[in-house]
Amino acid sequence: MKREFIAWTKNRDRLEVALLGEWTLRSAGEIEALIQQLPKAENIVVDVSGITDFDSAGILLLSEYVEQARSRGVHIEVINYTDAQQELYKMLQEHMVEKIVPRKQGFFEELGKATVQLVRDTKDFITFLGHLVVSFWYGITHPKTLRYKETVYHIYQSGFNALVIIGMTAFLVGMVIAYQGAVQLAKFGADIFIVDTVGISIVRELGPMITAIVIAGRSGSAYTAEIGAMKITEEIAAMRTMGFDPYNFLVLPRIFALMIALPLLIFFSDIIGILGGMVASKMVVGISFDQFISRLQEVLEVKHYILGMIKGPVFAFIIAAIGCFRGFEVSDNTESIGLQTTASVVNAIFLVIAFDALFSVIYTEFGL
Amino acid sequence: MKAVIEASGIVTRFGERTIHDGVSLQVHENEIFAILGESGAGKSVLMKEMIMLLRPNAGKIVVLGRDLSAISFQEAQHLRREWGVLFQFGALFSSLTIAENIEVQLKEYTRLSKRMRDKLVRSKIALVGLDAHVGALYPSELSGGMIKRAALARALAMEPKLLFLDEPTSGLDPVGARNFDKLIVELRQMLGITVVMITHDLDSIFNIVDRMAVLADKHVVAQGTLDEVLASTHPFVEAFFKNEYTKEKFADKLKGRGVDVQ
Repeated sequence: MKREFIAWTKNRDRLEVALLGEWTLRSAGEIEALIQQLPKAENIVVDVSGITDFDSAGILLLSEYVEQARSRGVHIEVINYTDAQQELYKMLQEHMVEKIVPRKQGFFEELGKATVQLVRDTKDFITFLGHLVVSFWYGITHPKTLRYKETVYHIYQSGFNALVIIGMTAFLVGMVIAYQGAVQLAKFGADIFIVDTVGISIVRELGPMITAIVIAGRSGSAYTAEIGAMKITEEIAAMRTMGFDPYNFLVLPRIFALMIALPLLIFFSDIIGILGGMVASKMVVGISFDQFISRLQEVLEVKHYILGMIKGPVFAFIIAAIGCFRGFEVSDNTESIGLQTTASVVNAIFLVIAFDALFSVIYTEFGL
Repeated sequence: MKAVIEASGIVTRFGERTIHDGVSLQVHENEIFAILGESGAGKSVLMKEMIMLLRPNAGKIVVLGRDLSAISFQEAQHLRREWGVLFQFGALFSSLTIAENIEVQLKEYTRLSKRMRDKLVRSKIALVGLDAHVGALYPSELSGGMIKRAALARALAMEPKLLFLDEPTSGLDPVGARNFDKLIVELRQMLGITVVMITHDLDSIFNIVDRMAVLADKHVVAQGTLDEVLASTHPFVEAFFKNEYTKEKFADKLKGRGVDVQ
């Protein structure tokens, strides 16, 4: 059914428009298009007696038409309106704010803001670290104030619950290293050296780094989201008013937990990674498990294991501290949780890789 | 009098806990209807069932002539455009400015030009008593009272025939709350809408509400105009309406209604 909203007749200069049917928001789009098609005239009479239903959208459409005609110097008249229509029209005339000007940002404004933000972030992070060191020291010298229950809970959440994903990742990485390495080494007939490659690279480099990256994605993001949500719901403000230091209650348990859990996870990932390499070596170049293990005992010195393990607590501290810091940076809207969580993971992974490079340089300098 | 909402025999259970055990009420056209009751009486749950956010375990709700228990997806989508909902804490989309929040449904559901949409948004912003510059702000930059007003403007954006308000005056200062009441009455008169609201605000109840339903003990213990509700002797009605505070503050209103005021 085609509905009709406007009927018109034109006599020379005089345009008679009759408005019909429902002038409501539901049909407003259609009506707006119809109004555009009305012919121009010097004298316009609008008869609204045919309107069966109307709301403010309909009235606004009509008043817009009338205003535009008037601004062109056209004589326009609206006739046969009801009291209710008049009242709504009057109300809409009274209730109209001026144009809303969106806040525009130019390139330089955005660049400036981003720069200031960066400086502020850095300053905030240094403040955070300072506060953390104080709480850390206080916690160590007053061990009774530490939150052991929370710490254990976070060891369980970030450590034990991550075993499966860490195991799977480490196994696959171990396999890939062995696959790639074995093919190259076989060209020189040096198949057995795959054990050196897999053993040392996993224990020294890949085990700690892969574990740290997975944990940054898994626990770092969780810390940010948890603390961020608590900030939005004002739980952190509530804690402060009760005299509970959020560093002691929220930050330290997470940092201690991760510093304990991450080295354990690295140990686990070392074993599974080497297992993956062992399986791949057997499949590709046919080194038996016995051969692999006896060679491993010959070449894998304890120092490699220790050098890898030392990285654990350092990476853990980076991930947990950034996770918590980003959580505190959340401002009171939901979007910022997403932004801060992303920033938390990106910052943590970058810093883990940067520190890993730093460790490599130090180890090489000292000839380790 | 045409019924806009008709709920009959609503039963709601959350696990073991029964919230409603046979709740029935009618909301008539063009009236301001209040749902009252103590905390935990299931007022918000009842409203959520009316706006299809929750389903009752048993019973029937008819809103604007549509039975919610047997509604098709298309019909439900249509119905959702016929009402406006004001959530207790505004529930404005935090990634959009206030103007965009009000505009979002117009953009989605009508073919109006940007110019007309802007005009409608501006009229809604003025209608709820906000300034133009507020339109360009984000919800996180607004105070509680402004958020309520902005959320009301968004609820009115689609020219609804039916307006649901969840504690509209809670969190507002007394002056703001009375202005909000006045605004609701004005809107009802001008736009011919029906208002259903959850409220604890005695001023609103004594001054602007036409009819109400009192929820207590899993049932509607009193329903009707203030006179009809005051006739009830249910302990909650007694405690809520006939205490020292109301007897003093609303003495003139209570006196004519058979309540013993010293």
